[in-house]
Amino acid sequence: MSDQEYIPKSKAAKWFNDRLPLLTLGAHLTDYPTPKNLNYWWTFGGILTFCLITQIVTGIVLAMHYVAHADLAFGSVEHIMRNVNYGWLIRYIHSNGASMFFLAVYIHIFRSLFYGSYKSPREIIWILGLMIYLLMMAAAFLGYVLPWGQMSFWGATVITNLFSAIPLVGESITTWLWGAYSVDNPTLNRFFSLHYLFPFLILGLVVLHIWALHIPGNNNPVGIDIKKPSKDTVPFHPYITIKDAFALLVFMIIFAGFVFFTPNVLGHSDNYIPANPLVTPAHIVPEWYLLPFYAILRSVPDKLGGVILMFSAIFILFILPWLDTSKVRSAVFRPIYRQFFWILVIDVLMLGYVGAMPAEGVYLVLARVGTIYYFLHFIVVLPVVGLLEKTDPIPMSISEPVMTGGAEPSLARKLNEKV
Amino acid sequence: MKKFNLSINKIIIVLFLSIKPLYSAEMTDPIKVDWSFKGLTGTFDRASLQRGFQVYKEVCSSCHSMQYLSYRNLGESGGPEFSEAEVKAIAASFEVTDGPDSQGEMFTRPGRPSDTFVSPHPNKEAAAAANGGAYPPDMSVLVKARKGGANYIYSVLVGYEDPPPGVTLDQGVYYNKYMIGNKIKMPNNLEDGLIEYADGTVSTVDQMAKDVTTFLAWAAEPELEERHRTGVKVIIYLLLLTTLVYLSMKKIWSRIDTEV
Repeated sequence: MSDQEYIPKSKAAKWFNDRLPLLTLGAHLTDYPTPKNLNYWWTFGGILTFCLITQIVTGIVLAMHYVAHADLAFGSVEHIMRNVNYGWLIRYIHSNGASMFFLAVYIHIFRSLFYGSYKSPREIIWILGLMIYLLMMAAAFLGYVLPWGQMSFWGATVITNLFSAIPLVGESITTWLWGAYSVDNPTLNRFFSLHYLFPFLILGLVVLHIWALHIPGNNNPVGIDIKKPSKDTVPFHPYITIKDAFALLVFMIIFAGFVFFTPNVLGHSDNYIPANPLVTPAHIVPEWYLLPFYAILRSVPDKLGGVILMFSAIFILFILPWLDTSKVRSAVFRPIYRQFFWILVIDVLMLGYVGAMPAEGVYLVLARVGTIYYFLHFIVVLPVVGLLEKTDPIPMSISEPVMTGGAEPSLARKLNEKV
Repeated sequence: MKKFNLSINKIIIVLFLSIKPLYSAEMTDPIKVDWSFKGLTGTFDRASLQRGFQVYKEVCSSCHSMQYLSYRNLGESGGPEFSEAEVKAIAASFEVTDGPDSQGEMFTRPGRPSDTFVSPHPNKEAAAAANGGAYPPDMSVLVKARKGGANYIYSVLVGYEDPPPGVTLDQGVYYNKYMIGNKIKMPNNLEDGLIEYADGTVSTVDQMAKDVTTFLAWAAEPELEERHRTGVKVIIYLLLLTTLVYLSMKKIWSRIDTEV
């Protein structure tokens, strides 16, 4: 990279750094040249790191008091809420933290979609990010099972049953996952083990995600390659650190609002009823952040078809960098793609809404329309729009005017003003 | 672009509003009560909590357990705040099974504040058997376990009615307009003047329903008052810190030509 060679000042530091260049790494992270026009949508990387650390720290404390046993789990959660010092605070931070984590990750992903951050040369960053997202969904699902309430139990039953749709070996796989002939104590026990494991896998992937990011450097709202370091960049510290800190604090205020004043609004009241294998809840719904995929799953009358479509909805994102044919990254200069982007946002929100509703009547119709459009966006719209679209003129650099210099005098300047 | 988005958003909102009424279960919306524990700084009405405990003890506790509460909770701040002596007396009025002793025998003794609430039945099955097959749910977190929370619980308590013409009920099933499906196996246990409140309040059905619901809301969220208090402090602290960090950010970014 373009960092200058870092030379530690003291002899001891040099001795250490020659053997393990942690100080060089620190210097790189401090000086890391960052585009100066990053807007607040770029602050969610830092926010997500905060979310992950918060979940790990609160989770470790919860695990000290939680009991992963079908007869004791529900009671141990109540023990945390009532008898453990500040147990209610730690648990509410953890449970609402999961929602805040997903809120942030969805903003992060859609930011990437809008500004084309997944495009060359950042495909690996994008793919690592999707792997993190997949593990997050798995970890969140596993964690939701642990309180062993009605939604825990029945959610686990619905999701694990998806695997039984696999031809020939489906039933065996499901039984193997359960460790029993239904969701039962062995299931809860292994889910706890895996729920403890996954965050650390995520942490490892986050390190790779950031490493991969630091090779090409950040994309930016203009979406052009920039020289580093140059007039277009600022050192990460203090410019980006302080901006990330500000955004994080605003995020924390919203987070605290949920934790302290309405801690259960994002959960389902049925999960305060202890798990009962003999009573099925009227509507089994996953947490809000999984609802769009739940809608896709239920939009198909065939079980295997639904499962395939649901997983395809995620895996199609892995080939997104090659589906999008446009050479222009940022939607700021893509007038047609920009509109399809917003339609996709609305489509996903609508899928989330119908995912929470019973799969019947108008909801089923909406779910099907939404599902079809979701796939159309990636398979048809992106490749075609990329080829046909007449993009707006792109500026030469963040601080310089656009190439044509004609009718559109200062898109870049207008952008800078907005940022 | 802005205009385009707005119009799409409007269409979607109108669409959602128009389909919402299509999905409604067979129940009346719960009565909205202006609870003192609502809102950002809500606290429990101490007298109502104490009366509510009395209703629980004299009426509900013969069928419903509250296994996650301890008698000591009744004296803790943010709750009914009975005095230490009162808590000891309340606990001692229950017989607790303890043991085994040195001979290997179980024995009973008067309750202590550290004991959990004594359940009316030894297990779920016994509770169901004693109540016509319907298990009376444990009430520790009941308010959090029902959509509509305190409003719903209160509404069910005051929602007993004669069934409308055409509705026939089985033996041991009662009509309640706020219950999902309108059928409930719990009989209407409240009637005016049923209990003699220690503080002299007139025990109307409405009063008892409100008091016991307040008690149950506290039982489900004993941390509510501390949570609200802490929350206000945390938000004020975060707002101040955010302001300081914002000003620092402005100052730092003023060194270069870019707005932040």
